Amino acid sequence: MSEIKKTDILIVGGGAAGLSAAAEAASYGAKITVLESDLHLGGQLVKQTHKFFGSKDEHAGTRGYKIADIILKEIEDNKENVEVHTNTAAVGFYKNDGIVTAMSGEESYFKLQPKKILMATGAQERIIPFPNNDLPGVYGAGAVQTLMNVYGVVPGKKVLMVGAGNIGLIVSYQLMQAGVEIAAVLEALPKIGGYWVHAAKIRRLGVPILLRHTIKAALGKDVVEGAVIQELNDKFQLIGEPKKIDCDVICLAVGLTPTNEMLWQAGCEMKFVSQLCGHVPVRDAKLRTSHPDFWVAGDAAGIEEASAAMIEGRIAGLAMSEALGLKIQQENYGIYQERLDSLRRGEAGEKIRCGLGMAQITDWGNK
Amino acid sequence: MSECNCSCDVNFKELDFEKMEDDIIVCRCEEITMKEIREWIPKGYDTFDELKRLLRVGMGPCQGRGCRDIILREISNMTGVPVCDIPSGTIRPPVKPIKSSLTASKGGEYE
Repeated sequence: MSEIKKTDILIVGGGAAGLSAAAEAASYGAKITVLESDLHLGGQLVKQTHKFFGSKDEHAGTRGYKIADIILKEIEDNKENVEVHTNTAAVGFYKNDGIVTAMSGEESYFKLQPKKILMATGAQERIIPFPNNDLPGVYGAGAVQTLMNVYGVVPGKKVLMVGAGNIGLIVSYQLMQAGVEIAAVLEALPKIGGYWVHAAKIRRLGVPILLRHTIKAALGKDVVEGAVIQELNDKFQLIGEPKKIDCDVICLAVGLTPTNEMLWQAGCEMKFVSQLCGHVPVRDAKLRTSHPDFWVAGDAAGIEEASAAMIEGRIAGLAMSEALGLKIQQENYGIYQERLDSLRRGEAGEKIRCGLGMAQITDWGNK
Repeated sequence: MSECNCSCDVNFKELDFEKMEDDIIVCRCEEITMKEIREWIPKGYDTFDELKRLLRVGMGPCQGRGCRDIILREISNMTGVPVCDIPSGTIRPPVKPIKSSLTASKGGEYE
């Protein structure tokens, strides 16, 4: 029989949410194991070269990759409680015995038996189906960010960006900072989805943002050599004449969808909530799912942004520690909830508030 | 002007977009096209799992991470059923491929 590794809390995903949860729970003395499938911790934070907005409590004004360092430093204070495995993916949960299997690299496979599990697995990029979308040169925006901001490689010379949400706008600007030309930014909706400041930055540099436009096809034989775009009406039907755009990269920033396969395997109650961008677990305000040992935080719970993911991580870390019977700072619940509420206030938070209305329950009762 | 044979010089207005759309590879792991998906949905294979059993979509290395969303939307477009009401398919471990030798050598015995 191979050895089964025991741990109080297993955190799957070492990004904004997972690291925040680890920092919080480690401070109460919980023994934590963090699994991170990438080669290093930090998740999406390490790719964010821009300064964050939001509140000072979530490091507004600090660049994303530096925020990761701040949280890691906090974990360092309780490092005897935290064991980290990078290049390691949780690959399965078996609900009959509560065993999680994990794969380290491709050559090592082991089992864990945690008391509590946090799924902080983040999101995956959506791709949209259009002819030739499998040509080399079609990228997800996250992949472009990884290439440029982590590895220092530009994806090409001239990019057609699809999607004018925050990711599309920010990545367009970062590409321009790296000397790459942006042919245009397309957006199917009649308005820009991202923050006005991000849009204004690239408009000032002369990049056209084409609203009510979609990509109809990528052109090219072996690699992307151009794209065909077309206008849409209010019902998203194609109108007018198709137009050709010269580009060697097509970058898709068309949204993310929560990654949470293990929650399905655990039999958690899941719900499709379009405002949260996909299937998400039903959870209470302390982020516990319908499975008494599973918590969720960050994009895996619904697509939002990193500041919210960090606070959700804190709340989940607090709640899992409490469920383990550890003495916690009860007042932190109120403090963190207040910060979350303030991030979700106003027009910008409306979609999230509406989505949470469908995904969140008040209390699991005796379940 | 120098001669160029690349497809950027093709008169794109003459392209057969409908045919091109048929050829979109929806499930890249198993190389299943949009045409195949659209052929089987009206025949009653209108959930992800039924298409999976028939065409092997979502059974490759990525385990449906690339195609599940697209297929659910396609089912919704063709049947008029909203995505939230279409069963999204069973997800089983492992979520990524594991070498058989690893489970054989390290998996331990059944108790």
